[in-house]
Amino acid sequence: MHGWCGKILRVNLSDQTTDELRLDPQIYARNLGGKGLAGELLFEHFQRRWDDPLLPLVLMTGPLNNTASPTSGRMTVMSRSPLTGAVCDASVGGKMGTLLKRAGYDGIILSGKSPDWCGLNICDHGVSFTDARQLCGLETSAIHHRLQAAPGMEKGAHAMIGPAAEQGVRFAAIVFDGHYFAGRGGLGLVMAAKKLKHISVVGNQKTAIFDQTELQAAQEEIYRLVAASPILTGDLGISNYGTGALYDLMRSRRMMPTANFRQTWFEHSAAMNASAYKKRYKTKKFGCAGCHILCKKVGIKGEIIPEFETMSHFSALIGNSNLEAVVEANRICNEAGMDTISAGVTLATYAELSDQQLTPDKMLDLLADITTGRGEGGALGQGALRLATKAGRPELAMVSKGLEFPAYDPRGAQGMALAYATSTRGGCHLRAYPISHEILRKPVATDRFALSGKARIIKISEDMNAVVDSLTACKFLFFAASLEEYARALNAVTGLQTSAQQLLATGERIYYRERIMNARNGFAASDDDIPARFFAESGSSSATIQVAPLDRQEFLQERAAYYRIRGLDENGLPTAEKCAALELPC
Amino acid sequence: MLKLLNKYAQKLVSHGLCLPDTPLVGGVNDRVLWNRKDPRTAELEKIIAGLNINSIILARPVDPFATILDYHCRNSESEFVPEDTETRTFLHSIPVARSLRAEEIVPLLQKRKGCVIEGQGIITTGTVSPEQAFVVFSSIIFSAFVKFFVDYAYALHSGPVDEEAQKLLPQLLAAYERFLPVGPPTELATGPFSAADEIVQAMIEAGQATVDARMVDSFFGNISYFANEHVYISQTGSSLDELAGCIDACPLDNSASTGITASSELVAHRDIYLGGDQRAILHGHPKFSVIMSMLCFEPDCKNRGKCHIRCEKARFIDDIPIIPGEVGTGPRGLSRTLPPAVQGRRGAIVYGHGVFTVGNNDFREAFTSLATIEDACRAAYLQLIGELAAQRE
Repeated sequence: MHGWCGKILRVNLSDQTTDELRLDPQIYARNLGGKGLAGELLFEHFQRRWDDPLLPLVLMTGPLNNTASPTSGRMTVMSRSPLTGAVCDASVGGKMGTLLKRAGYDGIILSGKSPDWCGLNICDHGVSFTDARQLCGLETSAIHHRLQAAPGMEKGAHAMIGPAAEQGVRFAAIVFDGHYFAGRGGLGLVMAAKKLKHISVVGNQKTAIFDQTELQAAQEEIYRLVAASPILTGDLGISNYGTGALYDLMRSRRMMPTANFRQTWFEHSAAMNASAYKKRYKTKKFGCAGCHILCKKVGIKGEIIPEFETMSHFSALIGNSNLEAVVEANRICNEAGMDTISAGVTLATYAELSDQQLTPDKMLDLLADITTGRGEGGALGQGALRLATKAGRPELAMVSKGLEFPAYDPRGAQGMALAYATSTRGGCHLRAYPISHEILRKPVATDRFALSGKARIIKISEDMNAVVDSLTACKFLFFAASLEEYARALNAVTGLQTSAQQLLATGERIYYRERIMNARNGFAASDDDIPARFFAESGSSSATIQVAPLDRQEFLQERAAYYRIRGLDENGLPTAEKCAALELPC
Repeated sequence: MLKLLNKYAQKLVSHGLCLPDTPLVGGVNDRVLWNRKDPRTAELEKIIAGLNINSIILARPVDPFATILDYHCRNSESEFVPEDTETRTFLHSIPVARSLRAEEIVPLLQKRKGCVIEGQGIITTGTVSPEQAFVVFSSIIFSAFVKFFVDYAYALHSGPVDEEAQKLLPQLLAAYERFLPVGPPTELATGPFSAADEIVQAMIEAGQATVDARMVDSFFGNISYFANEHVYISQTGSSLDELAGCIDACPLDNSASTGITASSELVAHRDIYLGGDQRAILHGHPKFSVIMSMLCFEPDCKNRGKCHIRCEKARFIDDIPIIPGEVGTGPRGLSRTLPPAVQGRRGAIVYGHGVFTVGNNDFREAFTSLATIEDACRAAYLQLIGELAAQRE
């Protein structure tokens, strides 16, 4: 095969045995890799509980990993979310995707439960298990340091869980290479349920390329577009400022979630932007294997500079105006291995429920409590919805399907309302990311205060991003390039003869399968919704920008349109007709 | 949706690209809407059914563009590939169809954003807005036009000249006369400007005038003004005739990144301001300037085929330099090549791309320079092909 290795490592943690799964090439072509192939492999197991040893946790690369295709260093982690019960996949950066291919595998299927904490080690020559009990309780940077110190592993890739997963935090993450996170939905807790502490991979094999010259031509096309993108490589773009470059934009558009989404403008935000971090910490850039954008930022003393969502939620959402406290909050979450978005929203929910303004110290204390389970930490570690429900105020949890919202208020970019609602993962911005056209003007600008007519755009974007996560490329690249250029790269690597539109059809099938998986677990139209607050309360308007409540009727009409376009019934459930057309079981 | 469909149908007409009531613009959400009734919508809806899109345009442009497109169709097996920046960066190639049948069109539009149908015009699509389809439509016209005149001059210089092209040339030049630059419809504001409102207003006015004067198709190009330690610049992908609400104020010290949506040429504009006394920059894509930038007869040049990034030759049209440089900030980006080239001059032409002009106080000088450079390039082209033809005789 070209592009793919043709084998997937299957690991039974219960008896610590492995074998290799070899799939029909047609299955590869139909699912590509990453999210698509992981979904294919999880499909029949998806009604199992998150802590059922037989529920797989799947790590899957794509055909472009370990090739010269730009941003080809990513991979997918996928299982069922302990936080939401819904589909949960994360596109993660770093170098694990590249090294797994170099070790000869397209992916790993983890099932079973180890008798005690163990580590999984993969290299060109085989697979081994190690006792990992001594790593328990350690911060993730310490674990990473120890794993790198193992003989022959200094250049290896390491995925691990931290204390948060050990404590049962429902938004525990899996940390890759110290800086990259399968962050959302609690995939770290699924890994903990299997008593798997870490995965370490090293390899040296090459991926076979169908047409090297054609790949180079595709690469040049993509690089040309990246160089032309102000958002990626412009002076103010994310290559220079990280994703935090979006912070000022959210402020100026008056759509920065503030005080648990009760407001959309934070008075201290001008002093807490990406430029302030750059000045304060004298940042340098780094990034994933196979990427030249280098969106990650680190301070001169090694401080990890927060991503946009973290910057926003640990400042505006909580009402914190202390820059250092944001960096420290980010550090606590990273070291414990937990999702900063869910942590931030859960703290904001706590603050509203208890009618208090969190001081920086209180914010940091509560985060530390979540990682240890002390005091209120145990309840907070269950996430915003369970916290608010326990207090009898579920409407105060800013979630969809139980997943906490990221830092885009849907009243300021109304396509986001439908995107949050229809996302198979829950309150996630990355499935359709209408911010791209509503705010960033890519591929062209749309009216951010209009929802009508956006159902089809949301559907197409979901399909497109399903392809991106299956290739497995970086979504940021699609601010500049499109599937047209990536189809050329994919064809060059694999020998397929596909096109942008054919890839969208592949994405449609991948996404519809996730709707089926959720439907089998009881999800329906009532779950495709967002909190009542957004329909009842205005945002923080200015003299020139009116941030009005969303129109409920318009939202329901557009959601109904989305169902018709997606081929779902009126209750948002899959139909036999559409399943047959997509050749999926209903 | 209907409002958007009508807007872009009207824009094709007001830009002089299509005759009134001819563009057919469709939008799709959970059903298909058209800007007008037309017997071809049935076949177009079959095309839509085969694609994941939300908008489509079918229209036959006016002459000279229609004749040029048909010429390329007749001379291309399945696609043609212009070498200007628009094609290289965004279009990649322009597929050709022989009929408006879904079976023929769908496979082409699965691969590219638009295609030409011989004798019938251009069909383009968008996944987010009809604006995408409009942009691709306009880009295809631009790139096809540039290709015709560039190919013709090269053929005169060193290859067999296609008889049909030779025959078409006078009528194409005549038909294009109504697209030649004209003066601004109203006198542009006199600078210097200092208040933000005043600056934005001057930019909106100059952008509109540049489009009205036919010096640029509306979405091409960008514009900026420098004052108060800020570069005021049009946003990425904004239309020069719709700049209200689409201008970012970017502080020189980068203390805010609100301008992340600013034009991809922000760095080039900023460095021009830092290197001289200019306050205004206007960038458009006048066609003969682009055509002349692509005509170089240097024998055995080691950079042939890479002129857009590697050209080392000092080339000029009058006092205006022609320089290499790709869009944006890459290692061979025009953010590196343009600022030094413009220093002490009225402007510069970027190979295969367009013209940047500057003004010391306001947009009047930049506007005039853009028009005179295009005039000079058209005159230079006519002189060149005259001389080449004479040499052949």
